[in-house]
Amino acid sequence: MSEVFRIAIVGSGPSGLSAAAHAAAKGISHVLLEKTDHLSDTIFRYQKGKHVMATPSLLVLRSDCDFAAGKRETVLAQWNADAEKAGVNVRYKAEAKAITGAKGDFSIALTNGDVIKAETVVLAIGTQGNPNLMRCEGGDLPHVQYTLDDPAAYIDEHIVVFGGGDAGIENALGLIADQAQGNAVTLVDRNADFARAKDANVKALLQARDTGRMTVMSETQASLVEVGWVTLETPQGASRVKCDRIIARMGSAPPRKFVEDAGIAFTSEARTAFPQLSPTFETTAPGIYVIGALAGYPLIKHCMNQGHDVVEYINGATDLKPADEPILEAKLAGLPGKLSVTQWLEFLRARVEILYGLSPLQMREFLLDSDVRAFHAGDVIFERNGVGTSLFGIAQGSVKVEIDPKNPKITVPIPQGSIFGEVGLISGRRRGATVRAGEDCIVVEIPRTAALKLMAQVAEARETVNRITTERQILQIFKSGLTPADLAEVLPMAEMMEVKPGQPIMTEGDEGDDLFIIRSGSMVVEKSVGGKQVFLSYVPAGSYSGEMALLDGGPRTATVKAAIRSQVVRLPGEPFRRLLAKKPELANRMRAEVASRRKVNAFVEGRKDNFRGVADMYSSVASFLIDQGIGEATDVLLIDESLCVGCDNCEKACADSHEGLSRLNREAGKTYAKIHVPTSCRHCEHPYCMTDCPPNAIQRGPDGEVFISDACIGCGNCQRNCPYDVIQMDKPPPEKPGLLAWMLFGMGPGPGEPDKDWREKQPKEAVEKGKVAIKCDMCIGKAGGPACVRACPTGAAIRVSPEEFLSVALMERGQG
Amino acid sequence: MARAAQSKRRKTSTHESFLRHRGFLFLKVSTILCIGVVLAYVFQDAHPRPSGGTALGYALGTLGALLIVWLGLLGLRKRAITDGPYSLKAWVSAHVYLGLSLIVIATLHTGFHFGWNVHTLAYGLMLLVIASGAVGVWFYATLPKALSDNRGETTRKQMLAQIHALDEQIHEAAQPLARVDADIVRLSLEKTDIGGGFWRRLFGYYGDCANLRAIDQLEPALADAKGREAVALRKVEELMRRKADALALARRQIHITALLEAWLFVHVPSTFALLAALTAHIVSVFLYW
Ligand SMILES: Cc1cc2nc3c(=O)[nH]c(=O)nc-3n(C[C@H](O)[C@H](O)[C@H](O)COP(=O)(O)OP(=O)(O)OC[C@H]3O[C@@H](n4cnc5c(N)ncnc54)[C@H](O)[C@@H]3O)c2cc1C
Ligand code: HEM
Ligand code: HEM
Ligand code: SF4
Ligand code: SF4
Ligand code: SF4
Repeated sequence: MSEVFRIAIVGSGPSGLSAAAHAAAKGISHVLLEKTDHLSDTIFRYQKGKHVMATPSLLVLRSDCDFAAGKRETVLAQWNADAEKAGVNVRYKAEAKAITGAKGDFSIALTNGDVIKAETVVLAIGTQGNPNLMRCEGGDLPHVQYTLDDPAAYIDEHIVVFGGGDAGIENALGLIADQAQGNAVTLVDRNADFARAKDANVKALLQARDTGRMTVMSETQASLVEVGWVTLETPQGASRVKCDRIIARMGSAPPRKFVEDAGIAFTSEARTAFPQLSPTFETTAPGIYVIGALAGYPLIKHCMNQGHDVVEYINGATDLKPADEPILEAKLAGLPGKLSVTQWLEFLRARVEILYGLSPLQMREFLLDSDVRAFHAGDVIFERNGVGTSLFGIAQGSVKVEIDPKNPKITVPIPQGSIFGEVGLISGRRRGATVRAGEDCIVVEIPRTAALKLMAQVAEARETVNRITTERQILQIFKSGLTPADLAEVLPMAEMMEVKPGQPIMTEGDEGDDLFIIRSGSMVVEKSVGGKQVFLSYVPAGSYSGEMALLDGGPRTATVKAAIRSQVVRLPGEPFRRLLAKKPELANRMRAEVASRRKVNAFVEGRKDNFRGVADMYSSVASFLIDQGIGEATDVLLIDESLCVGCDNCEKACADSHEGLSRLNREAGKTYAKIHVPTSCRHCEHPYCMTDCPPNAIQRGPDGEVFISDACIGCGNCQRNCPYDVIQMDKPPPEKPGLLAWMLFGMGPGPGEPDKDWREKQPKEAVEKGKVAIKCDMCIGKAGGPACVRACPTGAAIRVSPEEFLSVALMERGQG
Repeated sequence: MARAAQSKRRKTSTHESFLRHRGFLFLKVSTILCIGVVLAYVFQDAHPRPSGGTALGYALGTLGALLIVWLGLLGLRKRAITDGPYSLKAWVSAHVYLGLSLIVIATLHTGFHFGWNVHTLAYGLMLLVIASGAVGVWFYATLPKALSDNRGETTRKQMLAQIHALDEQIHEAAQPLARVDADIVRLSLEKTDIGGGFWRRLFGYYGDCANLRAIDQLEPALADAKGREAVALRKVEELMRRKADALALARRQIHITALLEAWLFVHVPSTFALLAALTAHIVSVFLYW
């Protein structure tokens, strides 16, 4: 094995394979190292028959392998054929475990002991990482497997599933789903409670255990695997059980360590950070390149194009026109001035502060997600109370912020180079002020996810945004004509704090006059009355707390603690009081706020004497709702079970207004004091579902709706990420006959979600549709609002924002 | 709080039942309507005497007929939730109170003339519809609490799954049993009807449940059995008792749901009958004219 390859490519996913195919086509000496015994393991492991999507559709594919949307099997077969035809030199079962050496002379050590020598290395190992292996004796026997493609494939077997995370539980449940298969399934987990898994999964698991359909063993580990048997170490001692097959789903180790050990630096410590890359995909270790999902580009098309491009770069190309050129051209076409794409990129980069640190490659990627827009003096860029979570950067001209809703004449200018719209970015809440172009101007609009990615990748951008947002958020909250200059004394002393759920930021009776600004998350205010903590009110993000002690002195009158993980800014009392002295207007404003908060407190306390039980009820309902995650909701469906007649008209209306699939499950979910929180999206302030959506398909609508656009590729990430289990993967059923046809002639299944039987009887649609993520969109764009609420005949179902519900209204409910 | 109001489109902040909709708006509308109609009736100058044939009679008849048609359209509205700033709750609220006002409107329309004819048939049917509607409102107001208390946080699906799972365990546990005893088990497994027909659901009567009978028959078998057979029987008996509990839970749910729907089986068909009789009434009135 003394051959030195020009390029060694590690990982045969879409990016690595495409690189290898291009190298082969160019006759460059190369080797493609693949850990498994087949190409492209990530896609290989998609569910059987999964519809693979090819987004963004505008992007031209530039690769020696073909790729079009279609079934997983078709895509894989195509790639196998392409690899063969191109003459790719692939080595299977070649898992790289360490990379040493320097440019021109790398050694890649494989786990099987071989060493591969290469001048350059392309890392295309994706982000899936390595599954944690069965470490006990016999763990390498062939009946130990780490994936489960098709639970229906196993019949009459004794199967032991290791791992109590979602993957393990879902696999185990899949294996017993059909009684007829006759599998005896045991689920084994190392820990006592299934803390890592989703609630619904744990419930289903425990139910399967209680009804005797599955054996569940916690605090248990394997000590020996033999053919037909496995020995388990339980808290009660060792036990040898029958076992024909082991499915190990014990999580996976992310590939970061392996990458870092090769001398490659990441952009930050954050779990979501990517390796630092040059415009040609080169890492901080010269000669090692990173492409594909590992480089932060999870879409297959991007991956394949990069595979092509990286080989071009390694081969010395410098003037490669990126494949996204036509998209960018189209994007920039309508703008004043006749600049080329490259000139535009440089124009923006050099003028917008948060873009200073970007490389030309990053600029391109960035602009693919963003928009450049020109406004004339006086044009509205966005309006107060409009919803939008995008961030704007001013490349030319300036804008004016109308800080006073009553008098649009009062404005604060924001100059060229700076940003605006950042509050929506941080808290996901609606716009606090109208912004107009002050003069003719050119701005870049950066969608939330793109902005977050930018902040994750470029430290300077992150710091700039954080500095500006804190300042602006404070100005916004206090209004009263404050300017950045007024805050000059206060701000440097401000302290950013992360608060864990339940952790107090101030405690009743304590001394202290600091003011707290809630940047994200939310707080609950409690007071001890008669020895009990009574819920007083709810403070959402974008508000402040602690003003009473600040204004009137004296100890804290209530305890304020985080409802969910929150970020607050602590402003020291002393300098702030000086600010108040200078700005009587601000002081008055805060006094008015204090007065209205006092009223609420007095109301609750007043009730306390007359209706002891009521106040108790009020606080316990409030804490139930907070436990249900209402603290991070912006809009939640609540059903009053003392009104609900169980007609399910809410579900039917939802299905009928949303392609035949209901996005809420009325019965599922928790209930307390007749308030039921059904399984339906809460439109979280910081939606977890948004965090890892490859095509960026999850967005926020004009009324704060979190919805999934047509760009969804059905990867299921959002479903796994949503802690409230409100996303399902499904494909819309065929069109039903109309309502009158059903009423008069009994045609079709009637209102609501059609049942499985009816769906199966319908002719197969001409085009195969893939399963996509389905969730409540808050009836976005529907006049009249949520169909589920409008369809409820009794008034049992309402959608409310938590601060509206957790107010005096709840108190009054208690009395009614 | 310090932040501007969130959405322009949301008005609610708490639950408000259809009866209290917008501060009893439709109760007020309906009351005013009734008072107006009564005043008109009292002060009318009818010749020879108040009846459906006077000007006011025609007016009230038309008003009544229009109301009835509109009330009937609730059936469509309920199933076609189109876009628009309305809610079914508002419709039901108006339905209930305006429906009740028909008692006054239609009665005064007749001028208190009744006989054995199609006219009075229509009137009678209307009263039946209204009476059943009132029963419905009573159920809607009282039963949801029971429905909620009964199910706690268990869904119907889970209730059925629970019974299904117990069946399987019973099946498993019954494997070692002798032929005769196995027949008892089969009774529970194969003859148990969870919901049953309409009347069963309505009255919630399941005294003759096959599972209960099976438990009864197990008693003597248990007394005789020994050794392995006895162990298995005891296990089966325990499972069947658990199944009885699970069945009772599901059946209570089914029973309450049935009550919440049953009155509609009077309300809706008599609505159709009413519409037919009303048509006959109107046609006949114009024919004899
Ligand atoms: C369920 C699911 C559905 C998706 N659906 C779509 C879709 O419809 N459309 C779309 O565009 N994108 C989709 N994606 C995203 C897309 O699949 C990935 O982002 C893409 O496959 C990444 O390609 P890659 O080449 O960077 O890495 P991968 O495809 O992850 O390939 C990495 C390869 O490297 C190998 N490897 C890893 N470590 C080593 C090592 N040390 N030595 C040797 N080999 C190694 C692995 O075995 C694997 O074959 C989906 C993702 C998931 C999880
Ligand atoms: C368009 C609507 C209606 C018209 C034009 C109408 C017309 C009339 C007329 C002309 C009469 C007098 C007949 C007579 O004196 O012989 C009458 C009587 C009557 N109407 Fe109506 N009517 C209407 C709706 C209704 C409705 C909604 C009801 C109740 C459901 C109703 C119930 C009666 C009854 C019970 C009588 C008395 C019959 C009798 O004298 O024996 N009508 N109507
Ligand atoms: C003559 C007058 C009336 C007519 C023609 C009428 C007709 C109807 C119809 C067609 C429905 C739809 C049922 C369905 O499709 O599910 C309905 C529902 C209903 N009606 Fe009436 N109704 C009348 C009077 C009343 C009155 C007086 C009351 C109450 C006192 C009442 C209470 C209700 C209620 C509670 C519903 C159920 C609503 C729902 O669950 O969606 N109705 N009615
Ligand atoms: S889908 Fe889940 S995570 Fe996303 S907004 Fe809704 S509740 Fe929150
Ligand atoms: S708001 Fe609309 S989409 Fe959401 S659950 Fe209700 S009907 Fe369905
Ligand atoms: S529509 Fe209203 S009453 Fe009917 S099931 Fe839904 S919440 Fe209950």
